[in-house]
This record gives sequence, C-alpha cells and structure tokens, in this order.
Amino acid sequence: MRRAALPPEALDATDRAILNALQDGFPIAHDPFTQAAAPLGLSGTELTERLAHLREIGAVTRFGPFFDAEAMGGAFCLCAMEVPEARFEEVMTLVNAHPEVAHNYERTHRLNMWFVLACEDPGGIETVAARIEEETGITVLRFPKLREFFIGFRVEA
Amino acid sequence: MTLDTTDRRIIAATQAGLPLVAEPYAEVASWLALPEAEVIDRLAALHRAGIVRRVALAPNHYALGMLANGMSVWDVADTRAEALGEVVGALPFVSHCYLRPRALPDWPYNLFAMLHGPDRATVETHRAGVADILGAACARHDILYSTRILKKTGMRLRPEG
Repeated sequence: MRRAALPPEALDATDRAILNALQDGFPIAHDPFTQAAAPLGLSGTELTERLAHLREIGAVTRFGPFFDAEAMGGAFCLCAMEVPEARFEEVMTLVNAHPEVAHNYERTHRLNMWFVLACEDPGGIETVAARIEEETGITVLRFPKLREFFIGFRVEA
Repeated sequence: MTLDTTDRRIIAATQAGLPLVAEPYAEVASWLALPEAEVIDRLAALHRAGIVRRVALAPNHYALGMLANGMSVWDVADTRAEALGEVVGALPFVSHCYLRPRALPDWPYNLFAMLHGPDRATVETHRAGVADILGAACARHDILYSTRILKKTGMRLRPEG
C-alpha cells in the first residue's frame, strides 16, 4: 500500500468528488455504477474508468463490501507486550511466526509491541496468547474489545 | 443471522473488492454460478444484519495526505465511558474507537481511539480536542505512535467456513 502523499495535481475536482461521495456508500443493485455516477454528472463507464485509475495511482485502498469479521464467526484480540530492547528482534520473530498474528506494530511506550490475534474461534485467542508467553517468557496483556463505537471517519479528498 | 455456504462463498468472492464493470454483482454471480438476483438479495440481507457494514470506497488516507496517526488511550470513568465513546467515535478524525478492559496496574486506560492527521502536530491538536470533550471524566491519557510495522497480513475468511 502506498504510504506517501500523492502530489495535489494527481487528482482533479471530479476525482475528489468521487472519493468523497463513494466513502458514504455504494448501491447494491443491478446497475450501481450508473446510479452512483448520476449525482456526480458522470456516466457509469466514466465512473468505472476513473475508479480504475484512482486504484492504479494508489488513491483507493479498497472498494466493495466491508464485513464485520466478528459477525462472521472470527475472534480478535489486541495484545501488548513489554519487550526489552535487546530482545526485540528475537521476540518479534517468535510472535510473528504465529499465523494468528494478523498485524504487529512497534509503538512508543513501555509496552512497545502491539499485535492483533485473529482466530477462528474465541478459545484460540487464549491458546495462542499463552503459547507466546511460554515461548518468550514475557506477559501478554490482553485487550479484547468490549464495545466498538460507530465511526464517523472521513478523509476529505 | 447464520451464514450458509452460499453467503460464505459470496463473502470470499467480494472481500478483496468489487470488479469495476458496469454490472459488478452480475460478474460476481457468474464467478459463483449463481443468479445475479441471488447475489444482490443475499448482500442486501447481510447488510441489513450488519455483517456487511457498508459497501463503499476506502480511500488510501496516506495518499490523500493523512500521513500521521496515533493510538490515543484514555482512562475514562466507567459510568461515562459508553456515552463518551459514542461522541469520540463519531469525530471525523477518529478511524477506530473501542472500549477495552484496563490491565491494572500496568495499564489504566479503557478507551482507545485512533487519531489521524496530515502531521503529528495536527494529531496532537486532535488529542487536545478529545481531552476537552472528555473533561473531568478522564483521569489521564496517553498516545502511542507506531515506529515500525512488524507484520501486516489480511484477515480473510476461508470460503469453506
């Protein structure tokens, strides 16, 4: 994924209008591009061509349905460890070796390693967290989600 | 709502995204040898049930200039945390907002909010804004910036479920 800003001239006003409008939603219908394009003053074909270009230049991360992973039966848990600086690479290798570790970040804190466990079922979380503790000798703090709040996040293009 | 095999096949076929063709659901249906109407009806039902949160475009916020982010964490009075979490999650610069258990004595924070901005100074301004909203209900707070991605893999549902 692109992690650098695009130059401002990479997007014209129509591109920006598309990026802003489609963040809010896209129809589940026979001809969704035609429907989504109309308020933007575009044809369905113009919209798909623009989207293909926006994806190509890295302005779009994903376009389509977003699923609630937990509703599909998965179990997730944010975990944190306090890893001594001298052991960081060794512990990272042990943690990352578990396929259940979906992502892992080094962060600026005494608790300097933060990762998410993703398992098929809730019992898997405990098993993997306990195994990581055994392998590393370091406590794995578990921060399961108690409540998720509705997100109003928008990126104004 | 219980997902059946057909729901799971539709999820597996679309979780990387929709094809950019005039009739994308018909295209997905052709991959799965299903009628288009069945794909549309099932996705609509999954949407109503909240399993599909939304069908939409996710912009690459880095490409659009949102280059900085930080995991802000807040020790919010339990009696107020639910209501204040709603307010914080709805802010336009917050991409994730969760209530999680504290891990005392190591970790006093129960509200987690990922803050985004074009630079770290803006993220700190957002953090001050959240502190204002939480007011006296918040005993202390901190922000953790990521210095390195150590691993990042997608979370994908297996089609056979």
